[in-house]
Amino acid sequence: MKRYSLRGLKVVSLAVYFALMVFPLLWIAITSLKPQKDIFTYPIRYWPETLTWQNYADIIRVSKFQIYIANSLLVALTAALIVAVISVLSAYVMARFSFRGHGQVMLGFFLTQMLPGFISLGPLYMMMTRLDLVNTRFSLILMYTVGLIPFSTILLKGFFERIPKSLEEAAMIDGCSRLSALVRVILPVMMNGITATFIFAFVQNWNELFMAVMFIDNEALKTLPVAMNSFVMKFDIDWGAMSAGTMMSVIPTVVLFAIAQRYIVEGLTQGAVKG
Amino acid sequence: MNGRLSFLSRRRLAGSRNSSRKFIALSLLPAVLLVAVFTYYPFGRGIVMAFQNYTLFDLTNVRFIGFDNFKGIFSDPKFLDALTNSAYWVFLSLIFQFVIGLAIALMLNKRFRGRGLFQGFVFYPWALSGFLIGLIWKWLFNSQIGVINDLLLRTGLIDERIGFLSDPQWAMFSVIVANVWYGIAFFAIMLLAALQSVPSELYEAGSMDGAGGIRKLFNITLPYIMPTVLTTTLLRAIWIFNDPAIIYGLTNGGPAGKTHILSSLMLDRIMYGGDYGAASAIGLVMIGLLLLYTIFYLTVTKAGKLGDF
Repeated sequence: MKRYSLRGLKVVSLAVYFALMVFPLLWIAITSLKPQKDIFTYPIRYWPETLTWQNYADIIRVSKFQIYIANSLLVALTAALIVAVISVLSAYVMARFSFRGHGQVMLGFFLTQMLPGFISLGPLYMMMTRLDLVNTRFSLILMYTVGLIPFSTILLKGFFERIPKSLEEAAMIDGCSRLSALVRVILPVMMNGITATFIFAFVQNWNELFMAVMFIDNEALKTLPVAMNSFVMKFDIDWGAMSAGTMMSVIPTVVLFAIAQRYIVEGLTQGAVKG
Repeated sequence: MNGRLSFLSRRRLAGSRNSSRKFIALSLLPAVLLVAVFTYYPFGRGIVMAFQNYTLFDLTNVRFIGFDNFKGIFSDPKFLDALTNSAYWVFLSLIFQFVIGLAIALMLNKRFRGRGLFQGFVFYPWALSGFLIGLIWKWLFNSQIGVINDLLLRTGLIDERIGFLSDPQWAMFSVIVANVWYGIAFFAIMLLAALQSVPSELYEAGSMDGAGGIRKLFNITLPYIMPTVLTTTLLRAIWIFNDPAIIYGLTNGGPAGKTHILSSLMLDRIMYGGDYGAASAIGLVMIGLLLLYTIFYLTVTKAGKLGDF
């Protein structure tokens, strides 16, 4: 009897949790599909009588969202690719070799995750001005790459450490160089880890707002978050368009994260769980 | 035959020591160089700015002014508000994120049909940016046609609409609710992974000793996942403290600066005032607090138990 009620409690709790998590985004989705006049009718219509794609059509026709999506894709993909390449190399070295300065480099990477990074925002803007990179997509590709190298290195180091050393040693005895052993023998084995890192980096880049707001104010170069930010300032009241913009911003990352979640967690937790 | 092979391989590996050193240097160079030049250099530059008169609109008048920026922020009531708000923000967000996250992890620990699908649906806030989460909750909390007010009115829990974001009494509560909603997934995911690694023999031994569910939880499960608990709460507190994105999206510090925390106030000084000196001074105060917190935390919890993650 007691066992039974405990199970009931669990089912109810999980159902409540499910509703609380799903509802906010569902409500944005519903709002984005309502005709303009239904959004402001009172009492609130929880299920609209007519569904329309009008809000989506508007933000594409009027606000040119396809430009921002293209910019976001370009910046996020390029930076994620570069991060993957650079971090595979640094993580491999950190996982496999001990050398003077190893601990300091690791600490240097860890600290970037702990320090209040916005202290650098002002100085970075001055640097970008001096390098003539303000209002270029390159400035974002550069900064997103830099921002994700430490975390990606830590993540990938964990994956490398789980692959036995003997694997590449065997390849090297067979005459492979260190680099070709890495590329031909080890990388194929840890494709999961690399994919997870790449997706994590892509999602972070896709979502980044503050540097993009600082460095970009040219309409043609804005990324999706910057466009949403200007949107909030311009049409604070237009919740239909805002919801449509939000949906277009979150769908790609939610789908990607659902795919990669398992591997990211695997990479993140194995150090902590081992204790 | 065997000896010959191992001799050969040893020679090959030893001979590669020099090339090994080159390989290490070349592989690390891009990562270390980029982080040094574009993370640590501007960071150091930012710290120096805390002692300078450095405003974007007065760049011809950059000079050292000692502790004037600190005097300035400490006499600003907004800064003092942000200081107390930061404490509430970190403490309340962390407690609720952790407790709910742990409860969810415990409930998901035993395999059941549809568990994977369930996780796919409830853990998605991980993939959203703090800014968008702020916007989403801004719509939910809307005082005129917001759905939260509507539900509370319909169920008769309130008689009058609440200005969740415009009423200074409520605003800080509202941003913390959004932050809790965002952060539960982090703890649920991390703690679930830790729970899955508890060896089942421990539970079997516990059952043989006649331990019930509650006793197993406190005597077996929690001690076993303690390293993960300590690491995640330490890191999460620091991230919550540093991250202004939800507040930026939800209230932008309003009403009248009542929901600023230190990091959002620092961001505000950079983006709207262009006062890099004052922003850096706030940042230095934050670093000081982070140091104190970390030392305190590690002393109280005895760092030895922390996982290396």
